[in-house]
Amino acid sequence: MIKIQQQDFDLGEEYDALRARSRSPGAIVTFSGLVRDISDRENISAMELEHYPGMTEKSLQGIADQARERWQLDQFTIIHRVGKLLPDQQIVFVGVSSAHRAAAFAACEFIMDYLKTQAPFWKKEFTTAGARWVEAKSSDQESAQRWQPK
Amino acid sequence: MAVDIWYLARLRETLACDHEQLELSDGIDTVSDLLHWLSQRGEVWHQTLLDEKILVAVNHTVASMHTTISDDDEIAFFPPVTGG
Repeated sequence: MIKIQQQDFDLGEEYDALRARSRSPGAIVTFSGLVRDISDRENISAMELEHYPGMTEKSLQGIADQARERWQLDQFTIIHRVGKLLPDQQIVFVGVSSAHRAAAFAACEFIMDYLKTQAPFWKKEFTTAGARWVEAKSSDQESAQRWQPK
Repeated sequence: MAVDIWYLARLRETLACDHEQLELSDGIDTVSDLLHWLSQRGEVWHQTLLDEKILVAVNHTVASMHTTISDDDEIAFFPPVTGG
């Protein structure tokens, strides 16, 4: 299940829904990302999340399909919020169910690494020094590259 | 041939344009052709669009400079992504 939404999500409800959809999960791994309150230099007062409707859903589905090809997965949920967000608010959720924990852990990390480097989302930070678009980090690229065949 | 072009995030602000429909003249067959044609609109367009980091999608799929453009395509130009 893929959801792009402005509203917040409830971790407990998402866990329960993922568990209910799963057939025989031995493991459920969930990740939630929060808006940080500090960037490289200044305090962040707010964050604006933009995406490319149409491509975003297709891109996330493609990432989930790749995860399914690599690991035996049961169900997944990806939620990404868009619009204006404040520090400490939840921004992203990835949940994966599988018969075994190793697959669920790995797939959850894989989906996050690929989401950060491939899905068409952009963050704009609002700080005391003004607004600015967040630059892509090479550490995120390196993190995603570890899943490439050697 | 007519195409829809979207400029996203930082590009939209720098170019002061979010979306346009264009009738392309003969000889514009690839993403690269289109970029070079658009970059002739002025200094801002030239600097922004010929940045090597710029990414492109054709019909919601990541494309390359060599991707061929067809009638009715939706083309989007955007900076490296920063979600999650």
